[in-house]
Amino acid sequence: MSQAVIENPSRLSSSQVAERGNPHVASAAVPDATGHFGPYGGTYVPETLMIAVHQLAEEYDRARKDPDFQRQLSYYLKEFVGRPTPLYHARRLTELAGGAKIYLKREDLAHTGAHKINNTIGQGLLTLRMGKKRIIAETGAGQHGVATATAAAAFGLTCDVYMGSEDIRRQSLNVFRMRLMGARVVAVETGSRTLKDATNEAMRDWMGSVGHTHYIIGSVVGPHPFPQIVRDFQSVIGQETRSQAMQLLGRLPDAVVACVGGGSNAAGMFYPFVEDAGVKLFGVEAGGRGLILGQHAASLSLGQPGVLHGSLSYVLQNQDGQTADVHSISAGLDYPGVGPEHAYWKDTNRVSYHACTDTDALAAFTTTAQREGIIPALESAHAVAFALKQAAKMDKHQVLIINMSGRGDKDCMEAARLLNVDGVPSVKA
Amino acid sequence: MNTNIDTAFDLARSKHQALLCPFFTAGYPDLAVGPQMLLAAQQAGAGCIELGIPFSDPIADGPVIQESYRLALEGGATVEKSLDMLRQARAAGLMIPVLAMVSFSVIFKRGTHEFAKRCTANGIDGLVLPDLPLEEAPAVVEALGEHGLGSSLLIAPSTSPDRRRRIAELCTAFIYYLSVSGITGERASLPSDIAPNIAQLRQVTERPICVGFGIHTAEQVRQVGSLAEGVIVGSAIIRRLTEERSRPDPNPVRATQESIASLAAGLRQVC
Repeated sequence: MSQAVIENPSRLSSSQVAERGNPHVASAAVPDATGHFGPYGGTYVPETLMIAVHQLAEEYDRARKDPDFQRQLSYYLKEFVGRPTPLYHARRLTELAGGAKIYLKREDLAHTGAHKINNTIGQGLLTLRMGKKRIIAETGAGQHGVATATAAAAFGLTCDVYMGSEDIRRQSLNVFRMRLMGARVVAVETGSRTLKDATNEAMRDWMGSVGHTHYIIGSVVGPHPFPQIVRDFQSVIGQETRSQAMQLLGRLPDAVVACVGGGSNAAGMFYPFVEDAGVKLFGVEAGGRGLILGQHAASLSLGQPGVLHGSLSYVLQNQDGQTADVHSISAGLDYPGVGPEHAYWKDTNRVSYHACTDTDALAAFTTTAQREGIIPALESAHAVAFALKQAAKMDKHQVLIINMSGRGDKDCMEAARLLNVDGVPSVKA
Repeated sequence: MNTNIDTAFDLARSKHQALLCPFFTAGYPDLAVGPQMLLAAQQAGAGCIELGIPFSDPIADGPVIQESYRLALEGGATVEKSLDMLRQARAAGLMIPVLAMVSFSVIFKRGTHEFAKRCTANGIDGLVLPDLPLEEAPAVVEALGEHGLGSSLLIAPSTSPDRRRRIAELCTAFIYYLSVSGITGERASLPSDIAPNIAQLRQVTERPICVGFGIHTAEQVRQVGSLAEGVIVGSAIIRRLTEERSRPDPNPVRATQESIASLAAGLRQVC
């Protein structure tokens, strides 16, 4: 296999795109055998990791065609995670926006309080299938770490979670939850001591431990086959939403909105709708404090194609290709890259990506709590903030679904601190 | 193919002596002292230099090299300044081949052809591509070749025989054989499978083979030098430079000279 060399760093060259098949229309039949979504994705990792990713790709390919594996997965999703999660009509948010009917896909009601568990249960079962006894993970805010520790406890696996020392200090509750379930939390002191550095450390661990260890990556990022595996395990969100919409409304929604950091909840929500041209898909990134590099985490809206953590996608870098600092009020969106399938959906115009600021997200956090009795994760609050504006532009017969990717208990301390400083944002009557 | 690289290895082969290939981080401990350090390495017996272009997120590197990257970046080492440092070293008499070890993120950002032009203009002979596996490498290697730059890809103990052959076919500089799986860094003892693995590689390639990862003593240099054309020493040298920084009167040039001379003593014992 050969590939064209990309010359203009801001856009992929026409020869590159031509060679991979010019993606005018997004297909659900991605990635290809080498892990490419159009020109994005791929496998940019040291040779020492190639045996691991090849082994994983082969095992996953067998597992997804194996009815026993699928039965096992369904069992745990139903009995342990508590699926299906409801599709809830948010009447008072609908009233507030004054446009389309707003529904919430309640991933916040899944065990551990977020969608992350869908992936860790799936990959935990894969670990058992491969006969491995240890799992490792990276975590930023700790949600994926908690979901991994949960799967480890449920399946009797040893678990080490890499977490930046900065994040450990900021997220003591999740650190305790992980330790309580028997995981070891490894403090990462390198680089910026946050999520991207935790990811580097987890990859390094895996390079030396691949014989007996599986790395459960937490989002649709990393080298092939991770973006595909995580998307597939998260697709239960979109599949349920699709059939619930048909059941409740007798038709598919007009718009679906999800927040995007690495992009796993959005990928899981969007993927089953990709070939439904009538369903508009919106991804909402973290606009942080504004448009200046370093002040946001909006890789798709403001970044350029680049390579980070093993795949080609949109990234936030300086002119030398060094990873830029990022900021978001939401630790789960605070990542300088994004999954390659989102890059593919952006370039094919299948998904429309937007960013909303810390302030907008905090206001939506308060609004959702006060108008629906649901405290959303700050990540999900980004989706709500955009969705309220989008719904207002739509008419009353239309339907907009927000992926409520997680609950906001973990964010309450931070929100309390910020609201005391900034004052409680007013909620429209 | 790159003449400077090929000539150096041909010459070493004819003398039945391996090349010592020390690794330096461009901009560590600082950019200004870089040219003198590289010259000191050449004088003390280095046969080839591997010059790490600092990157914010190096996955394959251990803590010692990673920290040197971080400090180099903090000290202002951009790609352009790193290459300019080498240009100065060349102007001051650095003759031995220099391969830049560069993360593909950095190459991609500039575009392969543009990056290659900057390399050749500043005295780089080839690139070590630590995170570009067989699946993604062919077009990049071809583009670098058009500019006269050699490419070295990594082969690990875990790499299958068929894959080794296909990777070796792409290597236009030397083959970078990793003595151990995992990240860079010093190991107490070298694994026993180096000899059979190199013997196996010989059957599929005529390119020179350099062994790296974990080598830090003159004795290990001697052992590996009796098997391969090149011995790469990385973390041990960077660690020595890091120790030097914390001394009251640091002299990184002298530290380089001493460090390389003691490792090169291992090579002389081969003959």
